Order: sequence, then C-alpha cells, then structure tokens
Amino acid sequence: MIYRLIFSSDHLHPTRLIVSNARMEHVGRSFERVEDPALLRGAGRFADDLAEPPGCLHAAFLRAPVAHAEIKSIDTKNALALPGVTAIITGSELAQHTAPFLSGVKVNAPQYALAIERVRHVGEPVAIVVARDRYVAEDALEIIQVDYASLDPVVDPEVAAEPTTQLLHPDAGSNVLHERRFKYGDPDQAFAEAAHVVKTTVRYPRNSCTPIEAFVVLATYHPGENVFEVTANFQGPYTLHPVMARALGLPGNRLRLKTPPDSGGSFGTKQAVFNNIVGLAVAAKVSRRPVKWVEDRLEHLAASTSATNRVTTIQAALDADGHITALDYDQLEDCGAYLRAPEPATIYRMHGNMTGAYTIENLAIRNRVVVTNKTPTGLMRGFGGPQVYFALERVVDLAAARLGIDPLEIRRRNLVPPNAMPHSTAPGAVLDSGNYLGTVDRAEHEGDLAELRARRAQARADGRLYGIGHACIIEPSISNMGYITTLLTPQERARSGAKNGALATASVNFDPSGAVTVQVSSVPQGQGHRTVLAQVVADELGIYPSTIVTATDHDTLKDPWSIASGNYSSRFAGAVAGAAKLAAARIAERLKSIAASDLNVPLSDVELTDGMARAVSNPDNAIPIERIAAKAHWSPLSVPLDAGAGLRETAFWTAPELSEPDTHDRVNSSGAYGFIFDFCGVEVDPLDGAVRIDKYVTAHDAGRILNPTLADGQIRGGFAHGFGAALLEELTYTPDGAFLAGTFSDYCPPYASDMPELKILHDQSPSPVTPTGAKGLGEGNCMSTPVCIANAVADAVGCPVNTLPLTRERILKLISIEEPVDPKPTRIPPLELLGDGHALRGEGSATVPASPEKVWETILDPDHLPAIIPFCHAVEHDGEHTYRVEASFGIGPIRGRFQAQLLLSNLDPGKGLCLNGDATGALGCATGRSEIRLTKCEKGTRVDYAYALLISGKIASVGGRLLEGAVRGQIAEIFGRIAGANTTKTASGLRARLAGWLRVKS
Amino acid sequence: MLYLSADGRHPVRFTLNGRYVEGEAEPRLLLTDFLRHEIGATGTHVGCEHGVCGACTVRVDGLVVRACLVYAVQVDGCRVDTIEGMADGDELNDLQLAFQRHHALQCGFCTPGILMSLSQLVEEEPHADGSRVREVLSGHLCRCTGYYGMVAAVMEVLAARRKAKNV
Ligand code: FES
Ligand code: FES
Repeated sequence: MIYRLIFSSDHLHPTRLIVSNARMEHVGRSFERVEDPALLRGAGRFADDLAEPPGCLHAAFLRAPVAHAEIKSIDTKNALALPGVTAIITGSELAQHTAPFLSGVKVNAPQYALAIERVRHVGEPVAIVVARDRYVAEDALEIIQVDYASLDPVVDPEVAAEPTTQLLHPDAGSNVLHERRFKYGDPDQAFAEAAHVVKTTVRYPRNSCTPIEAFVVLATYHPGENVFEVTANFQGPYTLHPVMARALGLPGNRLRLKTPPDSGGSFGTKQAVFNNIVGLAVAAKVSRRPVKWVEDRLEHLAASTSATNRVTTIQAALDADGHITALDYDQLEDCGAYLRAPEPATIYRMHGNMTGAYTIENLAIRNRVVVTNKTPTGLMRGFGGPQVYFALERVVDLAAARLGIDPLEIRRRNLVPPNAMPHSTAPGAVLDSGNYLGTVDRAEHEGDLAELRARRAQARADGRLYGIGHACIIEPSISNMGYITTLLTPQERARSGAKNGALATASVNFDPSGAVTVQVSSVPQGQGHRTVLAQVVADELGIYPSTIVTATDHDTLKDPWSIASGNYSSRFAGAVAGAAKLAAARIAERLKSIAASDLNVPLSDVELTDGMARAVSNPDNAIPIERIAAKAHWSPLSVPLDAGAGLRETAFWTAPELSEPDTHDRVNSSGAYGFIFDFCGVEVDPLDGAVRIDKYVTAHDAGRILNPTLADGQIRGGFAHGFGAALLEELTYTPDGAFLAGTFSDYCPPYASDMPELKILHDQSPSPVTPTGAKGLGEGNCMSTPVCIANAVADAVGCPVNTLPLTRERILKLISIEEPVDPKPTRIPPLELLGDGHALRGEGSATVPASPEKVWETILDPDHLPAIIPFCHAVEHDGEHTYRVEASFGIGPIRGRFQAQLLLSNLDPGKGLCLNGDATGALGCATGRSEIRLTKCEKGTRVDYAYALLISGKIASVGGRLLEGAVRGQIAEIFGRIAGANTTKTASGLRARLAGWLRVKS
Repeated sequence: MLYLSADGRHPVRFTLNGRYVEGEAEPRLLLTDFLRHEIGATGTHVGCEHGVCGACTVRVDGLVVRACLVYAVQVDGCRVDTIEGMADGDELNDLQLAFQRHHALQCGFCTPGILMSLSQLVEEEPHADGSRVREVLSGHLCRCTGYYGMVAAVMEVLAARRKAKNV
C-alpha cells in the first residue's frame, strides 16, 4: 500500500511524501521539527517573552567585587530613598526567611541565596534590589555602600588543599570538603607487577556552555495560601525542587515551579538558577509584588555556574604487550566557593565507567573536593566526562609512546571486546551494548585514517607541525539517582537509606475529539523533544505525528513529575521518550480492546495503523481511531469494562539495572552507555600558535537513533562545545581571584568561521535497557573532542599537552624553549625616557641559527613585520624605515586596537639598530625606545635587546602587575620573533621551517 | 543636535515591519527593551547587551544593527524591521524554510538575529560564497548548532535565488 502522509504546514519535507508498506514507522526517520515554525517567526515563548503580571517589579543583584572578604556593613539608606525602589534584601534579611541549601556532603559550609557575612567569590550576590524597572534597580546598586574587610583569596585548588591556606568556611575545618578512596580489584599488586607504569598530571580548566539566553525568574507569593509561584527557565534535575522548598521552609506543594514552553539553551547551566529562584521568592514575599529578574551576560559569566576545574594525576600499569592492567586516579576537584547541590556530583557521575571503554580489572581512585574563591560549579554538558577523559586518553597516548605502539593499536588491545557485552566494569557499570572494535574499524576505514596518516607524513616532510589524535570514550546517559551516594561510606549509605533508579514520566491523552496530547517532565532547551515525542507516540498509536500536540512546559502543581525529572544526563531519548512509548502502548491496548468489540474480532486481531483500528484478518473491517477515542469519552458505558475509563495514561519508567551502590562501592552509575571513537588531524602554526583542524571524524554508537537529523544536530552542537573547550574557552581568574572573562569578547565561544568540517558516523547497537533502545548522544563530543584535539596537538608539537584550552598563547609557550645564552652578553646602556606614565624597562637576548647578515635582512624586510608583531592586523610602509602598524593588545578583559608608528634608526648593517615607536588607541597611549645588537656567535647570531616604555591612559590603570606581565610578555614575544628564537625549538620540522624561511630571504 | 532630558520620557514613532507604532522612552532605554517590553515585539532577543552575540540584530532603515547598542529614541522616524516581519503572512520565507530543512536552529534563541543579518546578505550579495557566509555568521554566536545547518541553508537560498533570477 502506498499512501500520503498528511502534514499541517508546508510541503517541502522529503519525508513527507510517500511511504510504502503497511505499517509506517516514524521513529528512526528525520522529521522537520514542530518547534521550528514558531521559533523562525520570533514567536517562541521564552521566559522573558511571557506576559508579566500586573504590578510586576524588577530585581537586580548587588554582587561582590572582591574574591574573599568579610562583609563589615551594608548601607542601603540612599538606595532605598531612590524613587522607584521598593525593597532591598540583604543576606541577613534573607537568612530570616530561608534555611541554607541542602548539600550532598555533610559539612559546615552553608550556602544561602545571598552571601551572609562573608563573600567568597567575585560576583557572589550580596543584596537584591527590587524596583520599578531594571534601570532604576541598577541605579540603586551603585549607591549601596558595602564595607568589606579583605581576606586572602585562594584560586588554585592545589594551594587551597594545603593545610596552611586561609579557609573559605572556617567551620568546615578544611578547604577539602570531601575525600574518599576506592579500590576495585587489586591495583597495588597490578602496579607492583607491571612491566610499565606511565604517569601524568593534567589540569582541566574552568569553562561553561553559556547558553545565549541567560537565567530568568519570575516569582509571586500568594499570602493567602502561603504558596510561592515561580516561573523560571530551570532545567532540572528536580532533585533540586525539595532543596528549594526546604530552603523556603515549605513542603513541596507550596513551591509551584513552572517552566516556559521554550528555553534558549542550557546545556546543564540552568540547573544553577535554583539559587536565584529562592532569592527571588524571598524578594516577592518581602515586596508583596511579583518580582522578575533577567540575568545579564556579565552576571552569567562571572557568577552563575561553571564546569569544575580538576587536577588529575593518573597512572596506568601495563603489561609488556600494552594491556592496561590497572589505573590509579588521584582527582582534585575544584567546586568553587560552595558545594552547591548537586555537587560534588561532577566527580561521581562517571564513577562506574572510570575504566573508560577498556577492560581494566584493577582500579584505584582518590577523590578530593576542594573549595576555592571562584564561582560554584554545577551541571555542564559532558558533566565529569571531559575531566576524566582528558586524563585517561592522555595517559593512553603516553603509554603508547612509552611502549612504542601506535596509539590506535594500544586502544584496540584494550577495548572491551564485542563478545564480552554486556560488560561489568571494575567499579560497577554495566556497559549494555556495542561493538567497540567494529566501530573503530569502520571509522578508520570510512573516515580514511590511512589518508590522514599520509597527509601527516607529507606535512612533516615539508617541515610543518602536523599531528593526529584519537580518543575512545564511553558516553554514559540516564544517571542513576544513587550514584552521588557513592561519596558516602557503605555504612553511611545504609543509615541514610537507598537512593537508586532514574524515574522518567510521560502522559498521553486522547481528548473527546480524538486528538492526542503528550506531556512530559523533561524540560528541553532546544533539542527538539516535542518532535521526537510525536514520532514515538505516533508509532505506538498508529497515527500521524502531525496530529499530535506535545507539551514540554511543566508545572509541578499539576503535571506528573518525580525526583529525576528534568533534562540532564542525556536522559531524553532512552528514559523520557521511553516513558512516553510505554504510556502510549498502554493507551493503544485500550483502544484495541474497544475496537475489538466494535469490529467484532478478537483483541489479538486488531492493529492500529495509519489512523485506523483494523482487523488484520480483514483490513476492510476498520474504524477510525478518533471515533474509538470519542466513544471512550461520550459513551463510557459502551466501552468494554476491561478497557477502563477515560483515555489518559501516565507512565513512570526506571531501569531495574539502576540499583544503589553495593557494599563494595560498585555502582552502575548510568542506565545506558554509548561508545565514541574520534580521530582528527591538526596543524599547528609555529609562528602564531594557531591550531587548525584539518579533519575531524566522530563515530558514535548511541543505540537506536530516533531521529537522525536531530541526532546529528546534537552531535554537531556537542562538538562545537568540545572544540571551544579544546581551543578557546576558559573562565579565567587572576591569582587574587579577579575574574577576567566577563564578556563574550573575553570568554570566546567558537564562531562560524572557527568551526571545522565534521564527519559523523553512526553504529546502532540498541540498548537492552531502555524502552526505545536509544542511548544519550548529545554530550559525548564534549567528552571526546577536547582530549582528541589535545592528543593531536601533542603529536604535532612533540611535547605533552597537560592543560586546555590550547590558545595561541599557550601553544607558543608550549613550543618555545629558552635558548642557552652566550656567556658574555652585549651590554646596552640604560635608555632614558621623558614624560608621565607607567614606566617599564627590560632587556633580553636570544640566539638565531643564521648569520647576522640574514637576520639583518629579515628585520629590515617589511613583509615580515606582520609575522613579528603579535596580533598584527595591518602594516603600511610609511617612508623609509617608517611603518604604520595596527595591532591588538590586551590585558585580561580589556583588549583594544592600537595604531602605532615604528621608526628604525641608527642602522648599522649586520650589527644593530634602534627601534622607536608611539602607539595610540582607545585604551591609552605608549611611547617606547629600544636598541637591538647583533653579534656573530658559534650557533649563528646572538640578538641582544633593551627597551624602555611609557604607558598611560586607561590601560595603565588596570593594575601594574598585570600590565607589566602582559607588556613584558608581548615584548619578549616580538624580540623572540625577530630573533626567531621563539620558534627554534626541539621539533625539527619547526627548525627546518625557520631555516627555510631565513634561506628564502637571503 | 537634539538634546533630550535624561529623566523625561520622549515620544518614539517609527515604522515597525511596515506598521506605524509609537511609544515613549527615557533616553537611556535600549531599543531591545523598548521593542520587547513597550511594543511587545519579543522576537528580538537579548543575549549579551554588549554587541557581541548578535541575538538582538534588527534592521534600521535597511541596515543591520545591534538593537542592544541603540537607544530607542534613536529610531524615532526610522523604518525598523524585525524577525516578526520576515514571513509573508502565514508563509515562512525561503530563508526561514531553508533553516528548518537544514536543522539550522535548536533552541532558536539566536535565530531571529541571525536571520536578520542573513536577510541583508542574501539581498545584497547574491554571489556570496561559503567563506563570506561564515564571515557574516561570525557576527553571531549560536551555542546549540555549531552553525553547520545555517551555512548549508544560506548557500541553498543563494543558489535558488540566483537561479530564479537567472543570474
Ligand atoms: S544582545 Fe545585542 S549583541 Fe548580544
Ligand atoms: S539555536 Fe540555540 S543558540 Fe542558536
């Protein structure tokens, strides 16, 4: 049979036309999203688009300008007198209305929605101003006076963990708020017997997925009922609902939490809005009016949330053949200023699969969680995965190098073999399905790794820095609600009661017109869940997806939900869509039962397909499904008794496999486990440190794919996050806790022009655990891509890569080595400068493997100025030995363009010259002199230089230390580049390139 | 030069998507806030308020501008076009449809601003190539998609429009 699918809107979609065969399947096919038509018109309903209730006021947060200080006093008098200001809530007032938030670790380090007595990170909320509008509220912020007494800040987790360091929470007795050790198998013996032990320490940085829509909260208090009604773009997990209700001192049914129909991305971050929900609830109660707050970008970057930064020392024990016999992780997790729920979950989320995609029987783990003067951490796409795999997949590469085995071959030798599935890992995960070796083979073949290797060989022969990286990872999805209790000892767990499962819920309803609505408690943020739910439910009910209306906005007062509800740990495709499938299947049984009596055939003879209930034995004997549904509503007495009344089903689903940690701390921390194999080729530019991704291949086995287009969309989005984490993104702090990444010019997510091509491959080994057979796939590349790129860069530059992101500056540092300096440096007399400003002086020297004449020519060649000046945009020849240069210079958050005029004088060919210049830009001015001398030496030419510099204007006011460091760095860089010293390093390709460059010039 | 008093409210009259609208604004009120909260045109989104993310992009007298960097009073007397005016009645335009076909949006929060920038590109540069398209897109941040579908969608629209016009 051939029929047309009828869809409501346009008619362009390729899958909309013809489907042949009797039973149509919508799952597994690409559908245009039901979400899109509204979003494309600007008719989405995001939190800040919803109508504000009459009398709604607006809030702004006063935030800490310093990282660590006692709050001596807060004077709000002037601010309160400002016309339009209704209320100002400080920490002490908030503490009268709320209890501290519950935390997973029992320590005395309380957190409230506002700082109480002490601030512990830049951006921490100190007071809430409630005013007529946001503009007035922000006016008030400026005239609140807070007296701070500063305390020593600590930013580095390793320093924070030292016993002599200033405590953030004195009552906790330590900055290390949690520590536990785990042993599975016999790691001690395995290490003792190992043929090789490989060890490394890596530092995963702070980053954040920064959705373009920031947090929004609208809170109303209903005094008659003592109910808080809050609309917020919260994303779950709903484990935080009781945390909020407890903080407000109320049972859950008095905190009515609603989420809007659309959310502008989250990637985990909007979990952290729960703090602000409680703050706004108090503000609404105090001001007796609805109060709304829309977070701005600076607030979001500085103070909302972050991934954890982690220092991991990892050791691998190997036998002589390259089999990994044991792993030892020492993880130091930095959760920022407070252990905000659900932390320290980041470090436990991967616990069951800490052995990665490998068969490793012996495992030791030491977990320490430390607080520092930085923003508290929380959910972030990849959650725990990027940190673990950055350590594990780096050490696998180091092991390969040590044993002289190809990095892919060593992975193959250790991957869990297909005949071992399902595989129980040493720490307790049950890897549910997959053929990892098969996926690797296929990707190697279809991604043409051989050709990439040839490219590398050619590039290296040409003297270029080219490397290939690999990563094999397990992508867990559907978190076990009990995994976090692994942080407790078995005895403590026994006392506190079991936590397990991952309850998902979905409702399917036929209304009297026979139309179907689906409702889930999944709170998506753009993934297209409504589209996929329509596909899944349509297949169960034998109807068309276009006839189904799905709702993903949620109301805790009226909609079904449970503790695990929400949108996180990639639980949608397996768990939530699974629950919808079960609910629909139950309704389908009831429809069939009604149809059987109408069609006068046995139940087993009824099938639901293309909108009809039909007798399989006689397809002409059929009735439209909507008629059956109408009957259930209009004449319930005519419905067979066993079909039950009404046509609404709510299903709750959890996987029986998700039990609580056992007495040996083994835990199946997730319901399903996908597999990813990535490889890529990169080229590193030794002159400017840029990393170019030449080719990237990612192969996924995420079980059954429900909608291929949306699946690839998730993978591409996750890849963009992984790419940003690898090369661009870092929430940077100075050692004294100042935050340096407060705008999208300082925190740099990838732009379209940054993104490389991506080749995606899929295998589909259905999960035996989930009702749909699907596993999560949206987080995997956040876990695999950072380390895959790091491995490729390490391969390219020939030295270990132990931290991210691999910014140009970091790469240049990585590939530069100090050249030994000849014993007798040429002395350049001190240079004098006249004028006001910040004065800087310095000198240095470098050695170039070329004759003084060649170096001289290079310096005088205007074509080379752009390569010599970092962040150079343009160079113009402006008369003899005079150049106009446009270049960028920046310190932390301040960055700007400068126009400079450079003049070469006192030219003494082959021996030396003076380089003088003036620079002006929006940020200030600089004037400087320098002298350069060239001397022939054994290795070529010795370049000595001295400079004096005067800096004034805004840029000079950002702090001497920062400025000096930045300027000295830049100057050393310029002279280094002139001399080529910065680029003559161990990698022979680089040396060849430099030598070639000089040769061409001669 | 026009001087406005800082604490007064000033009339703002302009053409929004072909319709005359008017309202009042303090001089410091941003065009984003004015459009969204005074006029109720919530399709223009706010992602950074410092001119980097592009979510707030609208067209003023045909030119692409960041509404978060413009004061409402500055558009008095201008023609302002926003995402709400892009579809032709119930029919999405070719760019919108191509975005849907190529899965060029997920959460859709960045999308209105991006479509506004691209609308100028496809009008004015029928021969734009992939790198030009990426360059224009690089005035915008999208955190969901990695931009892949957007590039494909624009290339398809450019080709289709060229074909239709036989250029
Ligand atoms: S909101 Fe205007 S550019 Fe980001
Ligand atoms: S689609 Fe979500 S930010 Fe672009």
